[in-house]
Amino acid sequence: MQELINRLKELLADGTVVRVIGWKKGDMPYNPEPAYFEKAEDFDNFVYDGFCGANLSKMMIEAAKLEGKTAVCLKPCDTYSFNQLIREHRVNRENTYIIGVGCRGKLDIEKARKAGIKGIKSVSGVDIEGDGDVTFDTIYGEKKMAYSDLMLDRCHVCKGKDHVIFDEVIGESKDTGDKDRFEDVIKIEKMTPEERFAFFKSELSKCIRCNACRNVCPACSCRKCVFDNTKFDSQQKANVDSFEEKMFHIIRAFHVAGRCTDCGECSRVCPEGIPLHLFNRKFIKDIDEFYGEFQAGKDPEAQSPLTDFTFDDLEPKDAVGRGE
Amino acid sequence: MQKIGVFVCHCGTNIAATVDVKKVVELVRYEPGVVFADDYMYMCSEAGQEKIIEAIKEYGLTGLVICSCSPRMHEKTFRACAEKAGLNPYMVEVANIREQCSWIHKDKEEATKKAVILARAAIAKVNLNAPLKEGESPVTKRALVIGGGIAGIQTALDIADAGYEVDIVEKEPSIGGRMSQFDKTFPTLDCASCILTPKMVEVNQHPNITLYTYSEVEKVSGYVGNFDVDIRKKARSIIFDKCTGCGECMTKCPLGKIGNIPSEFDRGLKNRPAIYMPFAQAVPAVPVIDRENCTYFKTGKCGVCSKLCPSKAIDYEQQDEIVTVKYGAIVVATGFDIINLDKFGEYAYNESPDVITSIELERLMNAAGPTGGHLERMSDHKQPKDIVFIQCVGSRCDSEEKGKPYCSKVCCMYTAKHAMLIKDHWPDTNITVFYIDVRTPGKNFDEFYRRAVEQYHVNYIKGQVGKVKPQPDGSLLVQAADLLDGKQINMKADMVVLAAAIEPNPGVRKIATMLTASIDNNNFLTEAHAKLRPVESPTAGIFLSGMAQGPKDIPETVSQAGAAAVKVIGLLAKDSLKTNPCTAQCDTLLCNGCSTCANVCPYGAITYDDVQVMDHGLRETRRVAQVNNALCQGCGACTSACPSGAMDLQGFSNRQITTEVDAICR
Amino acid sequence: MPMNEENKEFRPLIVAFCCNWCSYAGADLAGSSRLSYPADVKIIRVPCSGRVNPMFILRAFERGADGVIICGCHPGDCHYSTGNYYARRRMALLFSMLEYMGIENGRTRVEWCSAAEGAKFSKTMNEFCEKVKSLGQNVRLGDLRCKN
Repeated sequence: MQELINRLKELLADGTVVRVIGWKKGDMPYNPEPAYFEKAEDFDNFVYDGFCGANLSKMMIEAAKLEGKTAVCLKPCDTYSFNQLIREHRVNRENTYIIGVGCRGKLDIEKARKAGIKGIKSVSGVDIEGDGDVTFDTIYGEKKMAYSDLMLDRCHVCKGKDHVIFDEVIGESKDTGDKDRFEDVIKIEKMTPEERFAFFKSELSKCIRCNACRNVCPACSCRKCVFDNTKFDSQQKANVDSFEEKMFHIIRAFHVAGRCTDCGECSRVCPEGIPLHLFNRKFIKDIDEFYGEFQAGKDPEAQSPLTDFTFDDLEPKDAVGRGE
Repeated sequence: MQKIGVFVCHCGTNIAATVDVKKVVELVRYEPGVVFADDYMYMCSEAGQEKIIEAIKEYGLTGLVICSCSPRMHEKTFRACAEKAGLNPYMVEVANIREQCSWIHKDKEEATKKAVILARAAIAKVNLNAPLKEGESPVTKRALVIGGGIAGIQTALDIADAGYEVDIVEKEPSIGGRMSQFDKTFPTLDCASCILTPKMVEVNQHPNITLYTYSEVEKVSGYVGNFDVDIRKKARSIIFDKCTGCGECMTKCPLGKIGNIPSEFDRGLKNRPAIYMPFAQAVPAVPVIDRENCTYFKTGKCGVCSKLCPSKAIDYEQQDEIVTVKYGAIVVATGFDIINLDKFGEYAYNESPDVITSIELERLMNAAGPTGGHLERMSDHKQPKDIVFIQCVGSRCDSEEKGKPYCSKVCCMYTAKHAMLIKDHWPDTNITVFYIDVRTPGKNFDEFYRRAVEQYHVNYIKGQVGKVKPQPDGSLLVQAADLLDGKQINMKADMVVLAAAIEPNPGVRKIATMLTASIDNNNFLTEAHAKLRPVESPTAGIFLSGMAQGPKDIPETVSQAGAAAVKVIGLLAKDSLKTNPCTAQCDTLLCNGCSTCANVCPYGAITYDDVQVMDHGLRETRRVAQVNNALCQGCGACTSACPSGAMDLQGFSNRQITTEVDAICR
Repeated sequence: MPMNEENKEFRPLIVAFCCNWCSYAGADLAGSSRLSYPADVKIIRVPCSGRVNPMFILRAFERGADGVIICGCHPGDCHYSTGNYYARRRMALLFSMLEYMGIENGRTRVEWCSAAEGAKFSKTMNEFCEKVKSLGQNVRLGDLRCKN
């Protein structure tokens, strides 16, 4: 981390960049926040460790409009999102200096909570360069957990350790994938329709329309979301009934289909713990099956599957009933 | 709030018999926005339209809903009526309560309920209509005719005579089409070439007509009044301006004597050289080298034609050339051919050279044909004494894989013609025609066919042929059923002629796709209205002429060609066209600049520009979508691709469709 | 409105989106040829099947539709050349997602119907109504507040 901080300070000092987007310490040891850094002193609060799960690429939409270059710290998976933003002309590449930061997987504090770890005073073993277990110093004593047991679900389906776009790379990365990306989706596909409906009904009924998923998603970068404007007479603020939750999530997943890079942020930030990635990955799986494997953000020149077609695309009637 | 007037049409009893029209009026009177509701016998009539105009003036109506027949019938009528009364024509919506309600539902209660729902949907939509203004686009005063047969030739002559420039694109080396292969034409027994070749010459010499022969249309873009067409002029290997048409090359080509290239013009009954003109009166009278079969192109040896050409007109290095030309209107006159008979093995067409098609018979009987006009069997060159004609081979066929479901229209007449011509020349020939029905609907047609029966004693048997078996002695055994006498027939024949079904020329589907012109499952181009608009495609600016639109004989083809020409002239006579105002529109404050819409627009109508916007006090330069209203055709692909709803389609906006859905599901 | 009282038969509410150039004309031809289909089907005219936004389909279900069918030109014959190709992709993904969420897959359908296929249009509507009727009322995608 020190190498990273030094380099960022250097870039500010020599005028290459005017500001840096990174993470600063949060009020707890496990919730760092995205933040701007403009002076060397600001870096006293800079942190980059295993809890820095936030995808900072979306912040560049506004930051790239400001005077002077902005440096942004992007993990390998974040760079796919950034490429996708470039493709959609949402960010100014010239005004961005991308630091590809190293990553060996990011951590989910909810997993610690589920394992019964409470009253955390401090955490160690979460540096980027480290190895071995994570140690929690709690008011009930020391607790340990294996790093991979604490990892975010999305890191288990890691897209790879390489940054697809960067100006320089600082730190080593690891491919932490050890699960099949579509395992969860396939599990649901195997259920009966009644079971599936009951599952989604129970999950989506938790949705409080906080819009955190939409706000954090780099693909959801519309100036005014369709659910906030009068274009479809479908403005919604709160879910009073079962249908609206479904409408919001189906449409959100549909609008980002073919553009979602599977960065996993939506599931990470949902305060209700709804597994939102199940929608996005279902679309990704279908797109891969129907129209050829496609990873959004890998190639900024590639045509998104939903704005493309072939003469022999499968008929919609063949897209359903495949399990029967 | 709008002031909407609702008019419910009885359409005589067409609607009123199954929809309680008065009840509909009652139930929609209190819909939001409605200030006036009435019913009338015939809304489209002059009296009906007067009622509309009066109501607009008296009640100050700002919107109209007409519950009547399909908008595809009378939307234009009612729009024009509104305009007459001073109301913007795009404040009118039509609820289809005839074709999509009264004509298909039998229960009056159900049909009335549905009519009310459809009316409500239209009212809900009109509440959100905006007064749109049509734009103007220029017209290129040049027409393109695709196909140089009699249909294309006649259309081009009519357009050219009216003073407009026309181009004909023909894929064969010569114009003339199918008609140039015929011998005589019914019902007058004129010689086909004698009436066709003067027209071919006229086309060639007409100052307003440009001929592109041995050429094909490769790409079409644009829209009515402004088409951009790429024409590929295939390499003839002859320098056009130098060739005098002397014919030396064709006489001296070695493959003319020893080769085995079947002549397409003579339907494979004769061979031709590699450098050839399809027929003697070809227009233009310039040969073409068939590069696939020419020895020089295959092996690099020979080159006799080039050495002997007195005008040094042969150019082996000639390449295809692509020209791009602008047109205001396009006519499709691609014609027909007969179906492939591989699936009709029962008639032994592929086995015996004495089983021929009617077109092959035309060539045999033609004095300029492969046998100099002598009717002879292709197997032993003897004159046939017993000839059997089999009708409906592949027409009116139940099986889709085998043949065509439709009647080919021309075969009954041409078979009667063939029978009479053969009897004229060789009176002792026995001719039998096996038919299902004899169809002779044209002027003097039935009299023509009856001459064959009564005067020429052609034996017409109502029955179907099951099998034609080649016999060891060289004759053919025809096994058939006589349906009127109810017995089996075994008949000896020296020659069997099959009246094969016609089908539109292959390759027409590719052209239809390029023009986005509707085509049906039989590959006939669809007309805008089966009865009232037979020569126009639903796609504006595309017109239909000849067999490409449906089976027809030469008199009908020439009629239709003239009709298509008139429609083209009507279009080209205008200096500008009104454009559809129901185009896409981008709300620049909501636009993200993501380019998704531009990626799906088929017309390239969307560009992105940096524009100054004022958004809630913030002044910014943003990259936003801009729609070119002249290019936009109003399909709405961009609108559904736009995630934020910034792109919307006037006339079918997101809110309008949503409100229609709401009204229906209420 | 679909009624579900004991002595009244269930009549499904079907919304059909038909493209102006092919399928709407096909529907008109079915009408001229007097080829009937149930009055449960209500047609909304759109310029192209590519105009149909998934939000309209979900909105229809939300407001009480039991089945939604989208009709357009045959792929390759779109009046606007490419609209139905995009519709095909969108609907394939949408229908697959709806099935994934447990919605009965007979409630949605895409049918390509040309202007000359009046008989096909009528047959399709008859089949679709039968199927949706057998699936019963749409409860999984309905919004209870919209029943008035």
